[in-house]
Amino acid sequence: MTSTFDADAGVVAVSGLTKRFGAVTAVDDLSFTVTPGRVTGFLGPNGAGKTTTLRMILGLATPDAGTVTIGGVGYSERPRPAHHVGAALETASFHPGRSARDHLRVYAPEVGVPDSRCDEVLSLVGLMEAADRRVGGFSLGMRQRLALATTLLGDPQVLLLDEPANGLDPEGIRWLRQFLGYLAGQGRTVLVSSHVLSEVQQTVDDVVIIAKGRLIRESSLADLEKQARPAVRVVSPDAEGLERLVRESGWLAQFEAPGIAAISDQHASDVGAAAFAHGLELHELRAAGTNLEDLFLALTSEQTS
Amino acid sequence: MIAALRTEVRKTTTTRAWWINATVMFGYMLVLAAIMAASFVLSIRSEGASSTGLPGGGTLDPEAIASSVYTLAVALGYIFPAVLGALVVTSEFRHRTITPTLLAEPRRTLVLVSKLVAVLPFAVVVSVAGVVGTVLGGAGTLALMGEPTFLSDTDMVRTIAMSVVALVLWALVGVGFGAVLTNQVAAIVVLLVFTQFVEPLLRILMAQFDATETLSKFLPGAAGEAIAGSSLYVSSGLADLLTAWQGVLVLLGYALVFLVIGRLTTFRRDIG
Ligand SMILES: Nc1ncnc2c1ncn2[C@@H]1O[C@H](COP(=O)(O)OP(=O)(O)O)[C@@H](O)[C@H]1O
Ligand SMILES: [Mg+2]
Repeated sequence: MTSTFDADAGVVAVSGLTKRFGAVTAVDDLSFTVTPGRVTGFLGPNGAGKTTTLRMILGLATPDAGTVTIGGVGYSERPRPAHHVGAALETASFHPGRSARDHLRVYAPEVGVPDSRCDEVLSLVGLMEAADRRVGGFSLGMRQRLALATTLLGDPQVLLLDEPANGLDPEGIRWLRQFLGYLAGQGRTVLVSSHVLSEVQQTVDDVVIIAKGRLIRESSLADLEKQARPAVRVVSPDAEGLERLVRESGWLAQFEAPGIAAISDQHASDVGAAAFAHGLELHELRAAGTNLEDLFLALTSEQTS
Repeated sequence: MIAALRTEVRKTTTTRAWWINATVMFGYMLVLAAIMAASFVLSIRSEGASSTGLPGGGTLDPEAIASSVYTLAVALGYIFPAVLGALVVTSEFRHRTITPTLLAEPRRTLVLVSKLVAVLPFAVVVSVAGVVGTVLGGAGTLALMGEPTFLSDTDMVRTIAMSVVALVLWALVGVGFGAVLTNQVAAIVVLLVFTQFVEPLLRILMAQFDATETLSKFLPGAAGEAIAGSSLYVSSGLADLLTAWQGVLVLLGYALVFLVIGRLTTFRRDIG
């Protein structure tokens, strides 16, 4: 594999994309850009329009308005597009009677790779042992791996994966995280959709959040994290000791009652450690702020009407 | 195009449906031809050549019996290659593999044309299996009953060979039909009902009036029989046929018209 990718060729540019199904506007004037060398999370609750957007990016569905280019070119205009863009939609689709290897062998000629590449990608996703087994007997996690292997056949610069973590066990998710990070590290463009932020939180560098087909947020994950503020609620029988601890630690806090404090911008672990160091007895210590997932839920449920 | 053809051929070789189709057609035609041969022979033996009980009141001499039996695959068995062809398209929709298919090759016309061409070798296998089954069952029974088999007759050999051609063309019609009706169950049911009930009925009805009789020759089943140059329908005096070449063109025409309709409807819409 090469790590010298032309950065411009890896840019996915979505502009003014709109798609209606009857009365439902599944994607509504959506614009965003996906940059190479980073893992971008394409996030939104179920029905937000993620799959529909990906289908339009891939030329499977025609937009009612707007344009999509990958490296400046529409997917369908590219000869042998799977050489440049590897994509898997949420419903990983396989003929149940085919073995994993045969599934890949079917597409190898059109992708433009020799048959030997099939075994390479099977090893990459850890499916070599199941190569000759029929896909019909595969678990959801194995199907996800095979779908990923299919997208990798052409050693593409751009990877577009729809809910790739769905059905993976925690070990599989950790594996996927490392694998996608490794691919992005080579300069590839990696877009992964998910309806749960926490699933990809440790994987993604950037986020594109949509709800009801509209863009809610396009930023780096770091910027989003800044917006998520931790807070801690503490209850102590020693009201004076608690006030002293807050004062000496320089925390911003509100006292709901003597001995009950809501401390902003602090993590429960830090507050607990400080209380322990001061010998302060605590009866309650609880994280009360908005974590990233809360923020995600708030963003996607409020700003949509 | 070469790459697309290789992909399409592999789609069939990596699944079992095509050789199940060939095996079942072989067995079905073997049994059917044996039964038909035996019943024709028995009926002329008991009632004489002039009365065979056929709906058209036609006559069957030993040669007509042989050719009617040998063309049974074309007259009744063409559902097998037709289904083979339809499955090439419908199974992609049934298993949703049409998505990776169009991701690998977004040019939808090319995908359809590749399917049409790539089905040919499998159609030949299925058709030969069907025709061999028919001839084995038919000639075997005739020989056992002491009747002439006419297998050294060049016209008869030509009829048998041409029935393979007709059946292969039926597979192309199937591909086109599958492109129009992509729901697998619906496609198979409609093919079965049309070929086994609707068309035979239409041909009997249309043969009653001069105006419609000519038209009935252009029904796909009649065109297939025209390619073989003989059939049970003709022997039974129900209808005459187009020439073999006209038959080839008519069946090709059905395949292409279906394919174009499929391209302009199902394959123009959003897929995947
Ligand atoms: N083919 C379709 N026909 C009608 N409605 C559709 C179709 N595909 C998607 N939708 C609707 O569009 C909206 C977005 O769906 P989808 O893109 O699948 O969301 P997500 O992938 O984010 O869960 C939903 O309301 C869904 O019901
Ligand atoms: Mg989806």
